[in-house]
Amino acid sequence: MSLITPTTARVEASVTDEAFDAEELRRDFPALQQSIGDEPLVYLDNAATTQKPSSVIDAIGRFYREDNANIHRGVHQLSIRATDGYESARLKAARFIGASRPEEIIFVRGATEAINLVAQTFGRVHIGTGDEVLISHMEHHANIVPWQILCEQTGARLCVAPINDRGELILEEFERMLGPRTRLLSIGHVSNALGTINPMERIIALAHERGIPVLVDGAQAVPHMKVNVQALDADFYTFSGHKAFGPTGIGVLYGKHDLLQKLPPYQGGGDMIASVTFEKTTYNAVPHKFEAGTPHIAGAIGLAAALDYMDAVGMERIAQYESELLAYATHALLSIPQVHLVGTARNKAGVLSFTIEGVHPHDAATILDQQGVAVRAGHHCAQPVMQRFNVPATIRASLAFYNTTEEIDALVRGIQKVIEVFN
Amino acid sequence: MSDLSDLYQDVILDHYKRPRNRGHLDDTDHQADGQNPLCGDHVTVFVKVKDDRVEEIRFAGSGCAISTASASLMTETVKGKTLDEAKAFFRKFHDMVTGSQEVDHGDGLGKLEVFSGVCQYPVRVKCATLAWHTLDAALENREEPVSTE
Repeated sequence: MSLITPTTARVEASVTDEAFDAEELRRDFPALQQSIGDEPLVYLDNAATTQKPSSVIDAIGRFYREDNANIHRGVHQLSIRATDGYESARLKAARFIGASRPEEIIFVRGATEAINLVAQTFGRVHIGTGDEVLISHMEHHANIVPWQILCEQTGARLCVAPINDRGELILEEFERMLGPRTRLLSIGHVSNALGTINPMERIIALAHERGIPVLVDGAQAVPHMKVNVQALDADFYTFSGHKAFGPTGIGVLYGKHDLLQKLPPYQGGGDMIASVTFEKTTYNAVPHKFEAGTPHIAGAIGLAAALDYMDAVGMERIAQYESELLAYATHALLSIPQVHLVGTARNKAGVLSFTIEGVHPHDAATILDQQGVAVRAGHHCAQPVMQRFNVPATIRASLAFYNTTEEIDALVRGIQKVIEVFN
Repeated sequence: MSDLSDLYQDVILDHYKRPRNRGHLDDTDHQADGQNPLCGDHVTVFVKVKDDRVEEIRFAGSGCAISTASASLMTETVKGKTLDEAKAFFRKFHDMVTGSQEVDHGDGLGKLEVFSGVCQYPVRVKCATLAWHTLDAALENREEPVSTE
């Protein structure tokens, strides 16, 4: 394993100042520098995907221009550089989320593939007829459907821990549902539809007291707060690159090393084998056992640049700034009588899901788009959440550290325009 | 960028807030469901046909302003028309909102012309056409729910 530190990422803006300067950081993001019609783009759809800093875009371009080759087993210079870049990205990802060693990092397409991987490897081995998989009512479809597929295959049962009217997990109910047949808890760190931050250390401790392993869907957490998988004691943890300022098509599955070693492979193919004959194939060591075929090399390198960028800005500072911006935005939205927030957890990330009286979310999103404000309208791949709150859809504004209070003001003006059109 | 008032014309907002012919019809032999699950829009269209004419039509369901107003104005438009006339309206309406044909004011689309702005919002075409596709399915007794997503 190469321990070379890639020189891919560079934060152009100064981030050493005491005050968090979102205005300056946004200059690193080319896509944010545009107008929609006559209005400057106000990008508030970060829970769907984030914009990319130049350092990420450049790292991907540089790889294809200078180092492009297939990885592993290559003797020539380009292959060695590509392998170094890819494996350095693994090391970077391991450090970023506090894994104990790089072999615990499996590169996948994204959080969705990671959850499917765990369902079809861990699940097929450890979860059988009559066993239970526990999730929560606030999960993204990516943390519901793979378990339903597994349950169909094995005769296991999917159990759902309820949430209260604020959109918080009801811990007493949750604890009761950790039963003798529960074989896995799979739960989101932060809800994409509600913004709820789950008390993950407590949740994992409760599961572990009963010997139940835990998979954490961290897609909405890793870009917005400091995550340490060892401090959490998560057995599996996943996030997507594209929601963390990196490219699409790359994500990370962390798994405890001894756990991963005991699992069967996910897909078969090249790179995941030690030797192949028609009679008998032996598999490669972790993590390669889970990475069949040529992986998204450029994606991993781009992701490493994104992690470098976030490191340079500082996750604690990002979390602090976003928390202040969320408070500002929450106050601003609550000052509009026709607006109703869906998801009012006491511990919340930068997601504002809301409805406007008498206006369908899609009409609101169209009118906001006309003013350059990009939000999402719909069920946010969390239909059970919509059913829980008895709404067909919501409008969702989701924040990143490059958003500003001026942009929140533009959102508020946009909402006032929506109300004016529909008055 | 197009003006918002091209899309959200007063007639559309009026039919969104006070939809016409909303409700159920019992004893119909023409009924179909339409749904756009990604949007959460759903509509059921009920039709009574007599002597090859739309004698009575109602719609139920919920959706955005464009889909609700479209369903409402559709029922007003086709009520009393022959089935061939209703289908001709659907074709012309479809051509107008998809922008495949310029609106010609001699076309007889009448009030439906308020939807001419939709062609500038391609992602909203599915909203405007959902009720019409559902009507088409109802008249042809197709049982599979319609979707325009």
